Amino acid sequence: MFGATALNRRSYRSQAVAKAAFFLMTVALVIPVLIIVGTLVVKGGPAISWEFLFTPPTNNMTAGGILPALVGTIWLVVVALLASVPVGVAAALYLSEYAPDNILTRAINLAIINLAGVPSIVHALFGFGAFVLFFDMGASILAASLTLAVMTLPVVIVATRESLQAVPLAFREACWNMGATRWQTIRKVVLPNSISGILTGVILEVSRTAGETAPIMFTGAAAYVAFLPQGVFDQTMALSYHLYFIATQQTGVPEELTFGVALVLISIVLLMNAVSIGFRVYLRGLKKW
Amino acid sequence: MDRRDLAWHVDRVARILVFVGGISAIIFIVGIFVFVTKEGLDFVFGSLDLGEFFTSIAWRPTSNNPTYGALALMVGTASVTGFAMLFSVPLSLGAALYIGEFATGKTREVLKVLVEMLAAIPSVVWGFVGMSIMNPLIIRVFDVPLGLGVLNAGLILGLMAAPIMTTIAEDALKAVPDTYREAAEALGATRWEVILKVVIPASKNGLLAAVLLGVGRGFGETMAVLMASGHAINLPTSPFDSVRALTATIAAELGETVNGSDHWGALFTLGIFLFLVTFIINLTADLVVRGIRKK
Amino acid sequence: MVGPAAAAGTEGTAGPRYDESPIVQVRDLSVFYSRTPALSGVNLDVYRHEIFGIIGPANSGKTSFLRALNRMDAFNPAMDVQGSVRINGKDINDWRNEYALRSRIGVVFPLPVGLPLTVYENVAFSPRLRGIRQKEKLDEVVERCLTRAALWDEVKDRLDSLGSLLSGGQQQRLTIARALAQEPELLLLDEFSIAVDPVTTMRIEDVLRELRTELTIVLVTNLVQQARRLADRTAFFLMGDLVEIGETEDLFEGKVKDERTTGYIEGRYG
Repeated sequence: MFGATALNRRSYRSQAVAKAAFFLMTVALVIPVLIIVGTLVVKGGPAISWEFLFTPPTNNMTAGGILPALVGTIWLVVVALLASVPVGVAAALYLSEYAPDNILTRAINLAIINLAGVPSIVHALFGFGAFVLFFDMGASILAASLTLAVMTLPVVIVATRESLQAVPLAFREACWNMGATRWQTIRKVVLPNSISGILTGVILEVSRTAGETAPIMFTGAAAYVAFLPQGVFDQTMALSYHLYFIATQQTGVPEELTFGVALVLISIVLLMNAVSIGFRVYLRGLKKW
Repeated sequence: MDRRDLAWHVDRVARILVFVGGISAIIFIVGIFVFVTKEGLDFVFGSLDLGEFFTSIAWRPTSNNPTYGALALMVGTASVTGFAMLFSVPLSLGAALYIGEFATGKTREVLKVLVEMLAAIPSVVWGFVGMSIMNPLIIRVFDVPLGLGVLNAGLILGLMAAPIMTTIAEDALKAVPDTYREAAEALGATRWEVILKVVIPASKNGLLAAVLLGVGRGFGETMAVLMASGHAINLPTSPFDSVRALTATIAAELGETVNGSDHWGALFTLGIFLFLVTFIINLTADLVVRGIRKK
Repeated sequence: MVGPAAAAGTEGTAGPRYDESPIVQVRDLSVFYSRTPALSGVNLDVYRHEIFGIIGPANSGKTSFLRALNRMDAFNPAMDVQGSVRINGKDINDWRNEYALRSRIGVVFPLPVGLPLTVYENVAFSPRLRGIRQKEKLDEVVERCLTRAALWDEVKDRLDSLGSLLSGGQQQRLTIARALAQEPELLLLDEFSIAVDPVTTMRIEDVLRELRTELTIVLVTNLVQQARRLADRTAFFLMGDLVEIGETEDLFEGKVKDERTTGYIEGRYG
């Protein structure tokens, strides 16, 4: 009685075809990730050693390790975070907890979208014009980090706002009804319950910041610095820029070494991403209400 | 002071502080425009010949008689971005449909994580992949002398722009209420018919915004294009031709210019152009998305 | 202390003090949500130490009335309040510090909200806001309030588990305990028994009767008989209008001015 009609069968077949096609399309997008990571591991893996990580480059960067670049990247990321996390969290708090629905709020949201959308090289021009020249910081860790901070600000804002908004409104109302101010409510209930989500966003920002090249090229990264940075006004080497430099500007660099640098960089970035994702999954399992 | 009043004052101060954080985004975006424009201004009102800028392919800033024709750079950017979108848009939308509408449970989670990983790979690593993996591959497969060009940069750019398109498109699909799907399925439609006739029409604005943001991403990409495009001033006639992009030109040349020179100003002018175009793309995407919310 | 009110208090026969000035004076109070009226032109007084019942079918404006008393329109941009509300003779909009106003008014809404803090910290929340830090003092408040809210026996061994993970009925009583910990002058209850079983409801009702010696209660209820059991006076709201106010006994014995009141009390509509 309920046997499939020809029409029915045909629509089920087209369903199966569509599903398979979309699956293949998805695979076509994600397969390159595995190929890239695999190739980097195979070709760069042999270069990795304690010595590679913890000694400076030698012979015009055609040999030796990557210590100054590694340390420089850490400096850049830490200083950028110190600048962008407080500002980003404040912005997210404003948008989620205080902002009325008006033109200014819409303008802020538009500005955030644009900060994320402006090309990184334009951020570099801004950092150069504003921090290096106008504020006279020179090419330095400070100028480069501030440029990175402005560029990655949307990452913190968006992640923080999302985790703030995951805290139900009813909790806020309950606090307000007891006479808690908005700030007391934020401090006692909203922030403690979103801090881990914010942390997830910050880790993601670390991953973004560590990999950026264009914004630091003219603002503080140097091709070669013989010593480790001593303070925020020093120039520094950075992993990303080091990779660019030895891959395009320097001749006679053994392939293994370049692949090794790329492998270290992508490992840091993907590790941070994995931590962020793992953290998120863990949080999802942690029911607090 | 009474404790309650103290709390009220603290709240006031906190409100002001977070407000400053809030408007900082506006300050920064205005700051970017002001500082980039400031450095470019002398050139724009001095040596810039708008006709030459938009119609000439002669970008010769270091010649004795410098010319600043940016047409080839614009065509370079457009060809690479266009080529990227050609394959990336269908793949990304297909992936969004698969992840959002078909995949379930573990498969879905794994695919989402892989898309995030795709987004996480730094641009300089993509560029390096273009140079060291794709370049020899293209030379071998197509038997051409050089593998750095529109094809190489376009493939890489497409993969780079795919995650944002997939994510935004999936959000748009998710925004279609389940009641629509259930209603159509109750009438005997298969999942695929529901998607084709109900979900896609209902989310088309969001899908369009996803594509726009993908275009914006491709348009503004710097390091990967610089490294994989061959960086040669050229109007491409085949996918194997080398080209040079607007962004890559700034990255490659700014380090060698004298502060305040014409060449310097010209590079900042390219920056103004890039800023304005991406601003318009983002604004349009935002308006398109806002359009759906209003309905 | 001298005077009849104090004397009445010491004799334990505390009741409404109609001879004193009212604690709440409401004049021409209207509430709109996005221009749709929810309550129109209400005038009434609530006297000290009375339990003031409000009954009426759904959408009659009962909850909007409570929300207006607490200036909760500040939380909801769509909510607009007109008219005046005076508490202790002072217009609530004259409080610059609206938070200080709310700290004196306890509120319990139908949907229970256990904050994602420990049970202990839920109850200690408002004492801490008042600046109480000593452990012994806080312990005492927590135990007293939880006991009064008929929750102490169930949670005394797990005061450090999350309040937001208690059962619905327990969360409701936690909310009541939290409101009591504010040591409010005025307690606003909105259908508090909706998530609570009948036995517990009766225990809480007993507590409310005792509390009348200390504070004033406005009780919105969908249970007509609950108003009859508890309220000194009862107001009947219908479709945003205050239909009538009277001594609870009078209303339930048919001494009403308006037919609609009898109709509702006798369950002809709801």
